[in-house]
Order: sequence, then structure tokens, then C-alpha cells
Amino acid sequence: MSETKCEPVIQVDRVHKVFNPESENRVVALSDFTLAVERGEFISLIGPSGCGKSTLLRLMADLLTLQEGELKINGKLPAEARLDRDYGFVFQAATLYDWRTVSKNVQLPLEIMKYPKAEREARARELLALVELEGFEKHYPWQLSGGMQQRVAIARALVFEPTLLLMDEPFGALDEFTRERMNMELMRIWEQKDLTVIFVTHSIPEAVFLSTRIVVMSARPGRIIKIVKNEVEYPRVFASRKTQQYYETVNEVREALASAHSYEI
Amino acid sequence: MKGQIFARVLRFFQKYAPSITLAVGVLVFWEVVVTVFAIQQFLLPKPSAILTEYLNELRLFLDPAGASLLFEASGATLREAIGGFVIGCGSGIGIALLTARWTAVNQALMPFAIAANSVPIIAFAPIMNNWFGITNPFSKMAIVSIIVFFPTMINTVRGLTLIDPNQLELMHSYAASPMRIMRDLRIPNALPYIFSALRIASSLSVVGAIVGEFFGGPLWATLGDFITQEASRFNFARAWSAIIMASLIGLSMYFVVLALERWLMPWHVSFRTDSS
Repeated sequence: MSETKCEPVIQVDRVHKVFNPESENRVVALSDFTLAVERGEFISLIGPSGCGKSTLLRLMADLLTLQEGELKINGKLPAEARLDRDYGFVFQAATLYDWRTVSKNVQLPLEIMKYPKAEREARARELLALVELEGFEKHYPWQLSGGMQQRVAIARALVFEPTLLLMDEPFGALDEFTRERMNMELMRIWEQKDLTVIFVTHSIPEAVFLSTRIVVMSARPGRIIKIVKNEVEYPRVFASRKTQQYYETVNEVREALASAHSYEI
Repeated sequence: MKGQIFARVLRFFQKYAPSITLAVGVLVFWEVVVTVFAIQQFLLPKPSAILTEYLNELRLFLDPAGASLLFEASGATLREAIGGFVIGCGSGIGIALLTARWTAVNQALMPFAIAANSVPIIAFAPIMNNWFGITNPFSKMAIVSIIVFFPTMINTVRGLTLIDPNQLELMHSYAASPMRIMRDLRIPNALPYIFSALRIASSLSVVGAIVGEFFGGPLWATLGDFITQEASRFNFARAWSAIIMASLIGLSMYFVVLALERWLMPWHVSFRTDSS
């Protein structure tokens, strides 16, 4: 990206997060975590369950409260960034509202932000086209497959044009083939829009296919083992998965995970 | 077009054939047993005798010059049941909506509501008759509304509060106001809960009205009193025809609620078909 160096989109500085600090079930979810994300990056957070990757994402989204350290989104506190609607969030489950049609689900954030009806509908149509779901406007979520539902969720997260997309294992519940297709679509959308993405995942191939950098984390306490810079060439297409560079990067991530004894059985 | 209608009728019968066969079988069995064993009619009247009484009343009802005691009594009971249903369910939903905004009030109220829900509220029937006057239809509506109030309120509160945490987080991520969350998440989420309560309430309201009427009221003017009077005079076929009316009222209220449910929640699981 040929941007002039300015303030990072996300600045995480010595963040510490403890759950149930007073009780026996005290869990250190994140320990002394520092990370800076530049505009236009695609960052994957990868690591075993309990490594705090979802916690970090929720702290960024102000869905959890920060206790120690500093976290800035676009130079603002997470709470301010949330009130300014700086980010779109995608959950592992599509989290669509059963009682709304596909188009109405995509329009939900626009309704909350009080956009006029005509513009809401136009934008919903545009975003549904982006995720290749034209013609499904009037369907209800239950009439769609899991992959299609997740595409609606992505359209909903992007419809109000946030510059930051936070994704919490968005394709974790999908089968391998659908997941690979969704990866390619996400890559296409990311290249098309001026987006910064933070992507939580359990899948090494997925992280390597998508990311500019991969943050490998370990559990208890959650901390960074290694940040892998991903040199796989752009554009990332189907054939990218067969390149030497892809193979090497996958192994690098795998070794980093193994070095922290993350492969516990 | 004609073929389509024929196909629909055929499908209806295919679907309900077992139930229809069972119903006809039971009625035939009943008729035969009463005839063969010469069971006295005050113990168990024949279905045909009940039907004769019923058709007789229906004829009087349809005749502009005649007056059917049974149909007038049914009308009175129907009004009590509907009045009580509307008052009880309306206030149950209303109070649940109000208290859902204030968690503290809600938490203070819920244990009492759940306790009250397990009390046999029908026991209050004579007291309501005293409070509002035994001949006043409102005394019966009061009984009905108390009976349906608690299940409706409890279910509504459940529907408003039992929400997938991710769906709340989603609203939170859009910085949605509490009013917005109420309107676009809590209330639609509560609709299935509310309707399952309304379905129960629709049958309960007829039960409540009739039991209330058993404790007294104007003579023959309600189904409850109609049954009491005819039974005490050994006119059991007439008493049974009133029981049929009570069932019909209960069923029609149930179906009205069901129709309302389909209209308001076309998206709900229970109405899904394979065609998409």
C-alpha cells in the first residue's frame, strides 16, 4: 500500500486482560500484548483455544472492557470508535435476524443510523451484489445455506462503509470447500475496497491465504509467539495455494505454533 | 384451477385421514356401546341424541322468529372468555414490556409471578363473583384475565430477555439505543414465546369462564349455568350439546390465535415449508 505513513488504524499497547480477577477461576486472557496495524492490512490472529484472540477482537470492538494497557482505534478509544461506527463485526454464527428478509437484514445497521429508505435499499442491493447474492433479497435466512448466510453477514457488516472489519472465526462453521470459496470472495472484497481486516481463525491455510501478516499466539496467558510476514504474491487466487511461498509460510506458522506447545492433545 | 382445489382437498384428507377415521370410529363405538348395553341416557347419552338436541337448537338459532337458549348462552360465555383473554393477555404483555426496561423491578416481580402461576387461580372464582357481582359478566372476565395473565406475562418476559448474546453484541456494535434494541430485537424475539402463551391462554380462558359460571350467575344465560341446570334436570343430551359448544368456542379461539401467529410471524420455524 502506497499510503503515506500516518497513524496506525489499530494501536494495541501492553494490553492485559484478566477474567474473574477476584475468584479462583482467574484467567489471564491476554498478557502484555502489543501490536500496531496499518491501514489496508489484513491481519490474522491464530492460535489454540484460550489464547485470547477472540478476547482481543472483542476489546477492539468495545464488546469487552479494557482493564490495563492502551488500545486505540483510528486514534480513538474503542468506546468512541464504536459510537462512531468505525468498524463492522462478523461473528462465527451469521447472527441474522430470522424475522427479517435478507435485504432487511443487510439494511439493519442503516436503519439504526437513520439512512433514508431509498438509499438503504440501494446500498443493500449493491452489497448483496458484492457478495454475489443478487436475487435473494426477499428470502428469509433459513432459506439460505450456511455459506450464503455468512455472506449476508459480511454484506451487513460492510453496508455502512466502515474502514475496519473485525471477523471472529467467520468461516469456522463451514465445510472446507465452502470455506475456500468464501476465502476467495473475502480476498476479492478486501482488494476491491479500502479495508483493514482483523481476522480470528483456527485454520493455518486460511490465515496464510488471506493475510498480510499472521499473528501467532499461545494460550494461558495469551501472548504473541511470532508475527509472520506473509510474502505470498498478489493477487491471491486459487493457484496461490500451490506455490512454494504458500507452502513455506504455512510451515513457518505451523512451526511457530508447535514451538509454543500449542499442539496439545 | 379446479384441479388445484381438488388436489388441496385431497391432500387435506390424506393428512387428516387417520384423525378423521379415529373420530368417526370413537363416535360409532360410543353409539353401539350405549345401544347394545342399554346404558341409561342420564349416564351417557347417545351421540345421535346429542346431535339431535344440537341441531334443534341450531334450527331455533337460525330461525328469525325463534330463540335458542343454547346459542345465547354460548354467546355470553364467548364474550366473557374473549373479554378476559384480551384484558389478561393484554396486561400480561404490557407489564412484561414495561418491566423488561427495569431489570430490578423485573427480578423482584418474577418469583411472585412464577409462584402465582402455580397457584390454582380458579379457586378465586367465588371471590371474584363476590367482588364484581355474581350476575355481572365482568366477574367471569376477571377470573379469566387472572388465569391467563401469569403465563402470558412470564412467557413474554422470557422472550424479551432470553436472547442470543451475539445478537445483543451485534446491536451493541452498531451503538443501537435501548429503544431500538427493544423494537428490533427483543420484541420480535419474544413473539414466538408470546404466541405459545396465547395459545395456552385461548383454551384456558374458556375453562376459566365456564368454571366461574358454575359458581353462579343468571339462570341458563351462560354455558356453565346451562350445563348445571340441564344436568340437574337429567337432560343430559342438552348438557352435552352445551359441552360441544364450549369445545367449539375453545377451538375457534385457538385457531384465531394460530391464524394471527401465521400472519405476524410468517418467518417462524413452525410454518416453514420445503419450497423456497
